[in-house]
Amino acid sequence: MDRREFLKIVGITSATTAGLYSCAPKKGAELTSKELGPVPTDQMTCRTFPGLGNDRPSLLGYGCMRWPTIPNPNGEGNMIDQDAVNELVDYAMAHGVNYFDTSPVYVQGWSEKATGNALKRHPRESFYISTKLSNFSDYTRENSLAMYRQSFKDLQVDYIDYYLLHSIGGGGMDAFRRRYVDNGMLDFLVEERKAGRIRRLGWSFHGSKEVFDEMLALHEQYHWDFVLIQMNYVDWHIAKGSGIGAKYLYEELEKRGIPVQIMEPLLGGRLSKVPDHVVALLKEKDPERSVASWAFRFAGTPKGVMTVLSGMTYREHLEDNIRSYAPLVPLTEEENEFLFHAAKLMEQYPTIPCNYCAYCMPCPYGIDIPSLFMYYNKCVNEGNVPESRQDPNYKEARRAFLVGYDRAVEKLRQADHCIGCGKCNKHCPQNIKIPRQLQRIDEFVEKLKQETL
Amino acid sequence: MLRKIRIVLAGISLLLITLLFLDFTGTLHAYLGWIAKIQLVPALLAGSVGVLIFLALLTLFFGRMYCSVICPLGIMQDIIAWFGKKAKKNRYSYSPKKEKLHSGFGFLFLICLVSTPSFSHFVISLLDPYSSFGRIATNLFAPVYRWGNNVLAYFAERSESYAFYETDVWMRSAWSLGIVVVTLLIISILAWRNGRTYCNTICPVGYWLGVFTWLSKTAMLRPVIDTSKCNGCRLCEKNCKGACINSKEHKIDYSRCVMCMDCISKCKRGAISYAMKAPAASCKAAASPTKEVPASESRRAFLTGAVIATAATAMQAQKKKVDGGLAVIEDKVAPQRQTTILPPGAKDIRHFTKACTACQLCVSACPNQVLRPSNALERFMQPEVSYERGYCRPECTSCSNVCPTGALTALTREEKSSRQIGRAVWIKKNCLPLTEGVSCGNCARHCPTGAIQMIPSVEGDDKSVKIPAINTERCIGCGACENLCPSRPFSAIVVEGLDTQKVM
Repeated sequence: MDRREFLKIVGITSATTAGLYSCAPKKGAELTSKELGPVPTDQMTCRTFPGLGNDRPSLLGYGCMRWPTIPNPNGEGNMIDQDAVNELVDYAMAHGVNYFDTSPVYVQGWSEKATGNALKRHPRESFYISTKLSNFSDYTRENSLAMYRQSFKDLQVDYIDYYLLHSIGGGGMDAFRRRYVDNGMLDFLVEERKAGRIRRLGWSFHGSKEVFDEMLALHEQYHWDFVLIQMNYVDWHIAKGSGIGAKYLYEELEKRGIPVQIMEPLLGGRLSKVPDHVVALLKEKDPERSVASWAFRFAGTPKGVMTVLSGMTYREHLEDNIRSYAPLVPLTEEENEFLFHAAKLMEQYPTIPCNYCAYCMPCPYGIDIPSLFMYYNKCVNEGNVPESRQDPNYKEARRAFLVGYDRAVEKLRQADHCIGCGKCNKHCPQNIKIPRQLQRIDEFVEKLKQETL
Repeated sequence: MLRKIRIVLAGISLLLITLLFLDFTGTLHAYLGWIAKIQLVPALLAGSVGVLIFLALLTLFFGRMYCSVICPLGIMQDIIAWFGKKAKKNRYSYSPKKEKLHSGFGFLFLICLVSTPSFSHFVISLLDPYSSFGRIATNLFAPVYRWGNNVLAYFAERSESYAFYETDVWMRSAWSLGIVVVTLLIISILAWRNGRTYCNTICPVGYWLGVFTWLSKTAMLRPVIDTSKCNGCRLCEKNCKGACINSKEHKIDYSRCVMCMDCISKCKRGAISYAMKAPAASCKAAASPTKEVPASESRRAFLTGAVIATAATAMQAQKKKVDGGLAVIEDKVAPQRQTTILPPGAKDIRHFTKACTACQLCVSACPNQVLRPSNALERFMQPEVSYERGYCRPECTSCSNVCPTGALTALTREEKSSRQIGRAVWIKKNCLPLTEGVSCGNCARHCPTGAIQMIPSVEGDDKSVKIPAINTERCIGCGACENLCPSRPFSAIVVEGLDTQKVM
C-alpha cells in the first residue's frame, strides 16, 4: 500500500494533519527532532469501518496490562499506582488516544478497577473501553457470569464498547466450546450485544491455523465485530510459537471485512530492545525515529487495522507511540522489506520469544519467570552471553552475566529452583516451553559458575 | 624512631589480616593467607616447623615483638589503649606480675594442646588470641564491611558497573555472636584502662612467649634504663602498657614487655635505650584474680534471611487465575542431622575438633553461605556445614585453602569434587512427586556427580510419578539436592555427615 492509497482510505484526518505537519513552525531553537518535538494533540490517526458504525477508535490503543505499580504500604507485594495511572490516562486522552483495553486478570486482577477509576473522570462517550471474558480456570456459567458482571462494577460503566472472548486457541476448539459454547455464555453475550450492554463482540487469538479457520467459519453465525491478533514484523511470515504468520491471520480477516486489532506490536518490548547492530541499522535508515516507532508503523500501516494495542508503563513510551501515530506515516513496500531483513538478523539471536506478559505467573515454586527471560534476552542482545572460554571477552562477560543475574532475580527465584512441573506452560500465549528454557538458562549459569563452558 | 617502625609494621600487619577476614570475593586469600599461617597457635597445630623456628628466633633476639607486630588481637588492644590514653594521660603504673593467674592460663592451654580432655577445643578456641580476633572480625567487622560493599553495589548496579556485587549479611550463630561481644567487651575495658592486661594475665601465647623471653636472659635486644641519666620522673612507667617498668628500682620485667618502645620515646632524658644488656630479675608478687565474665547469650534477630515480598492477591467475587505476582517462598529450616557435616578437607572428626581454633577464617571465606559456627558444645564455634542458604559448590575450595591450623587440608578443584563430606538421604514424607503428584527431579538434575536418578514410585509402572534414587557410592554430600529441593521448610532429601571424609 502506498501513501496515496492510504490517504484515500483514512480520508480527512490524515489529509489535514499532513498539511499541518508540513506547516509546522521552523524556529532554530525549537526541538524539531522527531523524537523530542512537541507531541501532537490533534493529529491521531483514526479509522472508521463499515461494521463499526460511527466508532472512531484511535489507532493507538492503550493496553492496560502493564500499569505502573508501587510497593504496597502493608509490605505485601505491589499495588497499582493509581495517581500514575490517572496521569497516563489523562495524557493519552489529551493526545487523541481513546481506546483502552483491559481484562479481569491483568495486573494481578487490579487492572479493571484502576482503569475504571481513571476513566470515570472523563465523559463516558469520550473513550472506548474493551475488556474480556477471561474464564481460564473456571468456565462454569456461574463463574463466567460473575466475571462478566464484575467487569461492569470494576470499570464503573453501564455498557462495554468492545468485549472479547479471551485467548482463543489455547487448548484448541475444545477449550473454546467448554469456555463459551457449552455453558451458553456465547449466546448470552450475543443477547447482551443486542441489548446494548456490549456494543461490539470479538475475540483475541493465540493458536493454530485450524482453530483460527474454525473460528472464522463461525462468523456467519455469531458475526464477529472485530478480532484481536498478534502482529509485528518479526512474526509476519511465521510466528515462533504457533507457527502461523500474522500475514495469514490479517489477510483472512481483511477478506471478510472484519476490523483487526493488533496486540504485541513490540513483542513485549523486544522490538525496542533489539541487538545493537540492528539498532544501528534502523537508525541509519532514519536517525531521528525511535527503534520502537518502526514496529508501530509496521503494525498500523495495513488499512484493515483499527487499533494497535500497546501496554505503556512510562510516559516516554506513550509519547513516542503517539508520535508514531499522530499521524501515522505508513510504511512503503521498500521499508517493509527492510524491516523483514532486520527481523531475519534478529532471528539469529537465541532470545526466548517471551513478551513478559506474566500470564505464567505466579509460579507455585516462586520462580520469577518473566524476569529471568527478560534478563537472559537482555544479555543475548548485549552480547554478554559467552559461548566458550576461548571468547576474547569471556572473563568480563562471565562476570557481567553472573553478577547481573543475581541483581535481576533474587537467588531463591532463579532458574535452578524450577522443578519442571510444567504448570506454567498452558498459560503461555507464545507457546514457550518454559521449564525447558529455564533449565537451559540454569545449565548455562552452571557452566559459567563451574567454568566448564 | 623504633616506636614509629613498630607502629607502621603493626598497622600493616593488622590491616592485612583484617582484610583477610573481610574479603568475601576470594581474591585476597591467595595473597594474604600466609599472615594467618604465621600466627603462633595455628602454626603449632599445623606443625609448621619453619614458622615456629622463625617465631622462636624472633622472640630470642627481640623479645615479645610478636605481641606488638604480629598478633592482631594485641595490635587491636594497642589501638583501644591509645584512645584510653587520649582520655587520660599517663594513666598506667607499675604492677607486680600476676604469675599464678597467668601461668594457670598458660598451663591449662598447654594441657589442652597436648592431651584431649573433652573441653580442650573450647579452651583453645577461647584463649587463642588470633582466633578471638578472627571471631571479632568475622562477626562484627565483616558485616559492616559488607554493608559498605552493598552500598557501593547499589550504585554500581545503577551505573551498569559490575565492579561491586551485593552480598548477603546474615547472623550465623547467636551463641557465637554473644561470645564475641563478651570477648570484645572484656578486652576493650582491660585495654582502655591498663593497656596489655589481657596479654599479661590471660593470654597463653603471651605467657609462653614471656617464659621464652625470660629463659633467654642474655642474648637479646631490649629497652634498658641508664640509671645515670634517669631523674626518676616515672614517665616511662606511667606510659608502659605492660605495667612492667619498675621505675623506682629501674627494673623492667621483660617477660611482660611487648617491645612497644613507647618508654624509649617517652623518656625526655634519653635514659632508656634499645640495647643488649643483662636484665633485671623479674618481680614476683601475689596474683589478684581477674574473673572472666561468663558469656551471655544475645539473641538479636538481625537480618535473618531475605525478606520476601509476597503478592497478596485479593480474590474477588469470581474465581480466576490472575496474571503476575510472586508466590511466597518459605525459608528452609536445617534438619536435625545425626552426624555433623564437616567442611571439606577435614580428615575426620577427631582430628578436626582437635586442630580447629574456631578462628572463623573459613566461615568468612565461604562464598556459598554454607559454613557457620557450630552451636554444639563438643564443637562449639568450630565451623559446620548446612545447606539452607546455598550448597557446597563442587568447584569451590575456599575454606580448605585458607585454614591456617591444618584442621582442613588444602584441596585442589579435582580433589574437592571427589571428596565425600556427607551422603544424601531421601525423606519420603516430604517428596513433592508423592505429596503433590507433580513431576520434579530437581535433585537429580543438579547432582554434580550424577548420584541421583529418577525411578518410578510404583514398581514396574513407568507412568507413575518419579522419585529420586540415590547411589550413595557416588554421592559427595555437596547438598545441591537438599538446597534445591522444592519442599519447604524441610527438604525431601538431606545430607548426613561422615565421621571420616573419603575420596571417591
